[in-house]
Amino acid sequence: MARMRKAERSPSLSPTLPKCPTGIKGLDEITGGGLPQGRPTLVCGSAGCGKTVLGMEFLVRGATEYNEAGVFIAFEETEAELIKNFSSLGFDLPTLIAGKKLAIDHVFVERNDIEETGEYDLEGLFIRLAMAVDGVKAKRVVLDTIESLFAGFTNEGILRAELRRLFKWLKDKGVTAVITAERGGETFTRHGLEEYVADCVVMMDHRVLDHISTRRLRIVKYRGSAHGADEYPFLIYPSGISLLPITSLGLNHTAPTDRISTGIDRLDTMFSGKGYYRGSTVLVSGSAGTGKTSVAAHFVDSACGRSERVVYLAFEESPSQIIRNMKSIGIDLEKWVKNGFLKFHAIRPTLYGLESHLTGIHRVIEDFQPTCVVMDPVSNLVSVGNITEVKGMLMRLIDFLKTNEITCLCTDLTHGGTPMEQTDVGISSLMDTWILLRSTESDGERNRTLCIAKSRGMDHSAQIREFRLTDQGAELIDVYVGPGGVLTGSARAAREASERLDEVARSQETERKQRELKRKRALFQAQLAAMQAQFEAEEETLQISIDQGLTREKSLSKDQLRMAKIRKADAT
Amino acid sequence: MTKPKHESIDALDEGIWNLRLYVAGQTPRSIRAFDNLRKICEEHLAGRYSLEVIDLTVNPQLAKGDQILALPTLVRKLPPPLRKIIGDLSNTERVLVGLDLRPGK
Repeated sequence: MARMRKAERSPSLSPTLPKCPTGIKGLDEITGGGLPQGRPTLVCGSAGCGKTVLGMEFLVRGATEYNEAGVFIAFEETEAELIKNFSSLGFDLPTLIAGKKLAIDHVFVERNDIEETGEYDLEGLFIRLAMAVDGVKAKRVVLDTIESLFAGFTNEGILRAELRRLFKWLKDKGVTAVITAERGGETFTRHGLEEYVADCVVMMDHRVLDHISTRRLRIVKYRGSAHGADEYPFLIYPSGISLLPITSLGLNHTAPTDRISTGIDRLDTMFSGKGYYRGSTVLVSGSAGTGKTSVAAHFVDSACGRSERVVYLAFEESPSQIIRNMKSIGIDLEKWVKNGFLKFHAIRPTLYGLESHLTGIHRVIEDFQPTCVVMDPVSNLVSVGNITEVKGMLMRLIDFLKTNEITCLCTDLTHGGTPMEQTDVGISSLMDTWILLRSTESDGERNRTLCIAKSRGMDHSAQIREFRLTDQGAELIDVYVGPGGVLTGSARAAREASERLDEVARSQETERKQRELKRKRALFQAQLAAMQAQFEAEEETLQISIDQGLTREKSLSKDQLRMAKIRKADAT
Repeated sequence: MTKPKHESIDALDEGIWNLRLYVAGQTPRSIRAFDNLRKICEEHLAGRYSLEVIDLTVNPQLAKGDQILALPTLVRKLPPPLRKIIGDLSNTERVLVGLDLRPGK
């Protein structure tokens, strides 16, 4: 405990502590730069958890990336066995040995009892170690697994004294050493090696949860340096160990700005008319039968049509099945396979573990050099790993694809009953573009809809489209949005028909009214004319009578004047 | 170291014994081991053995061949099977057992 506390107290010293980069993906991140330089590090763990791989990768990376030669003292495997085992991991040990970058010495500890007849020491081991270290001018040493000595020598007193001398010798030599040890019941190691190697202890673990094996690594202590304290899952990868501190994956890939078509015209339109970004990751999620593979097939078809190379990773269906099924919507993938633009890589996820999948996928991608990759469906991988691990694997794969500017389209099967916005693998955060396919059930039928849940860095349509699969491929139709709600399928068609009817009726009504107006106007005009005629007739009659009246009056006043004149009146 | 033992060796093997002693430098322990070995051989294998002393500080590359870790180590190359005995050979009884010069306990 005292030592642990010291380790925690001393992160302030970290800038001064020289570190030896391991070159192992992720390990340098969580140790803040690597193992303590010039000091021994203890790597302990149970059998088969990857101690030897870690040790060997430390040396191989040192030799190839940091120009530091290394010595591997193998207590358990022979040189030939090691070379063979690591060639399957892609490490070319013979070349490194020939180039004096690596020396392997197999130290065989006899299990049958050697007679001990008095005083002895392990000078022979020191001589061999010194010869190997001086032979290649090694800066790095791995002792795998030094505890084997405990099986060969019965005098533990001598052995412990010699081990202490050995670690001192390693420190004096100034080599950065990795010492592996079997994990003990109560102590870190079976024989208490942590007593001698106290600077840095790395614990590796290989446990099986829900029938799924998971490898984990933890820095138990690191004297004089801050370090990540969590358990980090790791995979043994084509190029060695890949640790997954999820937060520290390199996010420094360049982001291309050119766009590539989705293969569906209307979908391109939804992505402001141009489609996906090149090198982005696209997730198409939906429940069973929503057309995920069809969206993927359109993408493949259009990419191959532009003479781009595509790798199709099929985790569920066989290539011939996909080809047949896609023919039914008018997409001929077979010709692209024949032309060499499309390569299927079909594997059952349960066939082997995630690591092997990753290895296989890497090899295919490196061999074929595609610009687009389709994974159909990624959710099937959950059957071989737990979600954290699958996510970890996908993150690494996506990181690899992005670094190589490969556009990746993943389909993800969501189960009915779970919220659609939740993917099984929980990978939506890794994705740049997310297309949601939904199946809506109403009025006794199912209809597919498509919408874009997100698309980083581009303008995209927020509307839901109806997604139909026809003989000529997938097509997107505007859904009916109106007072009757959002309708799709035959309900949409029925609604549209009834609207058309309404419209006809409305226009007929208008016409009728127009005709009526015309009629009314005609009637009115006719009446107006009749009234006018009547009025004119009456006016004429009246005028005549008025005229007659006036004439009579005039003649009357004339008569009066005349009569007054006659009567000699003096006033008028 | 008594008579019956002599008989047992004769019965065991007629051929030449080939022994190899690995040491590291002229340390007191190396010299002690060599002296002890010579004494035992003279007593039990007089005239029927060849002894080779290898100093690994001079020829370190030879350590790999016989998988030498502890020093001093005595290797019985002949007669087969190969036998290894470590230590300064001061416990004569155990050396004899280790070399099959006396039946084990």
